Amino acid sequence: MTAAVFFGCTFIAFGPAIALFLFTIAREPLRVIFLIAGAFFWLVSLLLASLVWFISVQISNKDSAAQQKGLLIFGVVLSVLLQETFRFAYYKLLKKANEGLLTLSQEETMPISIRQLAYVSGLGFGFMSGAFSVVNILADSVGPGTIGIHGDSQHYFLSSAFMTMAIILLHMFWGVIFFDGCERQRWWAVAAVVVSHLVVSYLPEPAVRGQPGAHLRHPAGDGRLGLPHRRRLPEEPQALPHLQGHRLPACQPPAQITPRGTRSPARARTHTHTHTHTHTRSFPIHLLFKVNVFNLKAAGNSWK
Amino acid sequence: MYAPPVCVPLLSQTRKMDSPSIRCSFHLLVCWLFVGVGCSSVEKKIYVHLNYTLPCVRLLNATHQIGCQSHLSGNVGVLHVLESEENLDWVLRSGLNPPYLVILDSPLFTRSIMMKLKNGSSRVAGVAVVAPSTNPPDGVSPHTNCPNENTGVYTEKYDPALAHCNVTVWNPLGSGLSYEEFDFPIFSLKDDNDTKVIRQCYMDHNRAVNGSAPQHPLCAMQLLSHMSAVTDTATCMRRSDLSAFSLSPGLDTVCDPLADFNVWASTRPLNNTAKGHKEGESVVVAAARLDSRSFFFDVAPGAESSVSGFVALLAAAHALRSVTQEAPPPRNILYAFFQGETFDYIGSSRMVYDMEKKHFVVDLDNIHSLLEIGQVGLRVNSSLWLHSDPVSRKNSSVDGEKLLESLRAGAAGLNVSLAEPSFSQPLPPSSFQRFLRARPIPGVVIQDHQSSFTNRFYESMYDNAGYLDISYPPDLTPEQQLQFVTDTATALTEVATVVARSLYAQAGGDQARLSSINADPQMVTQMLYGFLVRSNNSWFQQLVPSNLMSFLGNACRFSPFRHITHSTGRLLTAASIREYRCTNFPLWPLQMFFYVWVQGAAPPNATEREGFCTRSTVRLTSALSPAFDLQEYTSKDYSTWTESRWKSISGRIFLVAGHELEMLTLGVGLGVLITSLLLTYAMSAKADILFSSGREPVNATY
Repeated sequence: MTAAVFFGCTFIAFGPAIALFLFTIAREPLRVIFLIAGAFFWLVSLLLASLVWFISVQISNKDSAAQQKGLLIFGVVLSVLLQETFRFAYYKLLKKANEGLLTLSQEETMPISIRQLAYVSGLGFGFMSGAFSVVNILADSVGPGTIGIHGDSQHYFLSSAFMTMAIILLHMFWGVIFFDGCERQRWWAVAAVVVSHLVVSYLPEPAVRGQPGAHLRHPAGDGRLGLPHRRRLPEEPQALPHLQGHRLPACQPPAQITPRGTRSPARARTHTHTHTHTHTRSFPIHLLFKVNVFNLKAAGNSWK
Repeated sequence: MYAPPVCVPLLSQTRKMDSPSIRCSFHLLVCWLFVGVGCSSVEKKIYVHLNYTLPCVRLLNATHQIGCQSHLSGNVGVLHVLESEENLDWVLRSGLNPPYLVILDSPLFTRSIMMKLKNGSSRVAGVAVVAPSTNPPDGVSPHTNCPNENTGVYTEKYDPALAHCNVTVWNPLGSGLSYEEFDFPIFSLKDDNDTKVIRQCYMDHNRAVNGSAPQHPLCAMQLLSHMSAVTDTATCMRRSDLSAFSLSPGLDTVCDPLADFNVWASTRPLNNTAKGHKEGESVVVAAARLDSRSFFFDVAPGAESSVSGFVALLAAAHALRSVTQEAPPPRNILYAFFQGETFDYIGSSRMVYDMEKKHFVVDLDNIHSLLEIGQVGLRVNSSLWLHSDPVSRKNSSVDGEKLLESLRAGAAGLNVSLAEPSFSQPLPPSSFQRFLRARPIPGVVIQDHQSSFTNRFYESMYDNAGYLDISYPPDLTPEQQLQFVTDTATALTEVATVVARSLYAQAGGDQARLSSINADPQMVTQMLYGFLVRSNNSWFQQLVPSNLMSFLGNACRFSPFRHITHSTGRLLTAASIREYRCTNFPLWPLQMFFYVWVQGAAPPNATEREGFCTRSTVRLTSALSPAFDLQEYTSKDYSTWTESRWKSISGRIFLVAGHELEMLTLGVGLGVLITSLLLTYAMSAKADILFSSGREPVNATY
């Protein structure tokens, strides 16, 4: 929509997280480090899940909608499970690091307790997850238009921002519960975290006019890398034809006066319509690790 | 409520299950997940991109800039479909959500409405014109009343009484819109599905119901056509020259001179490497113009204004091909097709300049006379009008009578009547005027109008095949349409025959042979089909070399007049030699002829085309205004037209939210941020009080 919506949604989505960061984490360098490491672990889990998703989409039958739908569900479940696995891995790493830190530090007491680590790592997961969840939407919210021309609700940006805020806080709580469950060998607590994570991943968007059985867009249609989001934007209604801008290819004749003007070959290049879509075409696998992480995320949303 | 349809069969198939309840709940979960997933792009939900848009672009000359401009990131305006001129009041004064983007149907695209919009441009974000599929009943011409009035021969020096269309206004329907400057974008849309979407969006969201203001969200459109060049040619050429020499990445060439090539040919080959005056050569120049324009970029059918003329001349050249070999006339005939005549005679001024500077194969002294074919497609009462220059007629050294006699000889026995307009009428806008500026030469311009143009759509996008009444019976394949001889083609063939015979007579040929010279209606109809209906046809495909095939494809919206004229000219004016390759160069004189390998047709049972080599005297010569060679960018003598460059041109529609909603979002965001900051500060400050119970010691190994 405009800058007002952009800033409004950013503040809604990241407000509590920023507040928490500023007042509880920013002063302690150790906490900052563990926060960032937690964010990194989440990122790696998303990378792995994207890799698996990408490969499976490439080898799947692109024309079968049922197969694609199944693939999508598989992708979501895989991503959630990978995130929790990495949370567990981070927990293990932190336990080891704690012992190491104790031997290295001059003092006799622990500089940081495991509970603080749980909170900080959860918040780290939350930051990164929230960023991936909302950044694409924020990028589209800066433009002049708002959602609605195909009949969807206008409040999509607002509801996405609130959803992201909830996800960030949820990750923080899940971190605390997960680490506590691992410490005290309460495996049902760990299972509860995983299950609730799965549930939240499929929570229907209340603000968007959802239609059951929303149509699955063809992943090959725009070759997005990474997992597609699952916010339930409804399918294009039949009333409006599906209009895709096809740019006419820039013709490169030698300079001539078309009845209207010249076109030298160099000039034709400048005239090529540069489309501002942020589509990423299918990436070769060897480029996966070099690609900008923000491109990994498809139209918008994160894996909870 | 999601029904899990697949649960029951799965349950029955499970074999190694730990416990049925866990398995079933897992399947329930999967089934629940199966329904209700979707993925799509946020941007696709916001914007609908417009497929077919034609912008109006900016052109600059020595003193002005004309055309349209948009902001760097495009102009956004709330859609308004204009119903009548009175409805403009909503846009300009009373509407509550400026700026507006006005959608016009083409009958409303008039000078008065556009001028009003131009004056109220703070409230106007842009204009989109819906082009109809059939021509409007009344004439409309966006060109000026007096085309090329400052660069013709009729200046104050030559004859003040004839300058500036004092005697005849050539284009009375001209509104001059093409030469106005607008600071908002103006696009043309086809009347297709995209436009239906736009109208539907307007109906749904923007209509004022019962006099009350329409509610947000409103339907809006964004048009992007940002032009880089400003002010005038001198400024933009200076900036472009700077960018050529500097290494700074920010500087770019901002404009290009309108330039292309003229096509010329001669019946007797001329030595192309020996430029300047040719001793003993006396040449009759037969001229026509190749180009036209319209208000919008890349649309210029020019059926009556240019195609009729050069097709007639091409057909005349074809008719003369054999008689000029069997009984060559004493004088040479030089066919010249000029490019860029719409913009102050770019092509003809360049050729005259080259002749003066001895850069062309002949010079002005070699020219015996000149015959120009103007607009000849709409003959009323089968008459052709022979325009000549009154000032030259008074000049006794210029013998125009011989040319008129040749013309009358050429028209003898045909169904065409020749007439001359009134004695004191000047020449219409024509390339001949540039020759007259240099040298008084006898010459005639053949037109189908006596005084003002009969062309009601001069330099307009409606000057198309439909206007010339080129129509085919229904149910013909494109191949059959190509071969079908229309009435228009028959009429134009008569003109071509007159021209051919007159040229032969003027060149001194034997009068007895005149009746054997006839233009071929099949050739004429094929050319008309190719230039006006569909250029990607089998005949054109045979004529072009393979590297020019892409110009025939419909991917390029502009029609490749110059290329095809070159190719057809080759085939029509010269004998073609079918050799396997054009390689016997040492045996064939290169400076006299031009050789090119063309694609040819595929034989009936094969798929590969059999190309062949053509030898002709058809060549290209530069059509860049001398002002750019001389770097006189403010020249008054030569054309100084340039076209701006641009980065991208696009349009899209979407909804815009109300200002209140945006501010609400921002307010909520700020509120959430401040609340969370306060809460967190409070909680962390009082953390020891809040979390006093169950506080663990800091050194717990837990």
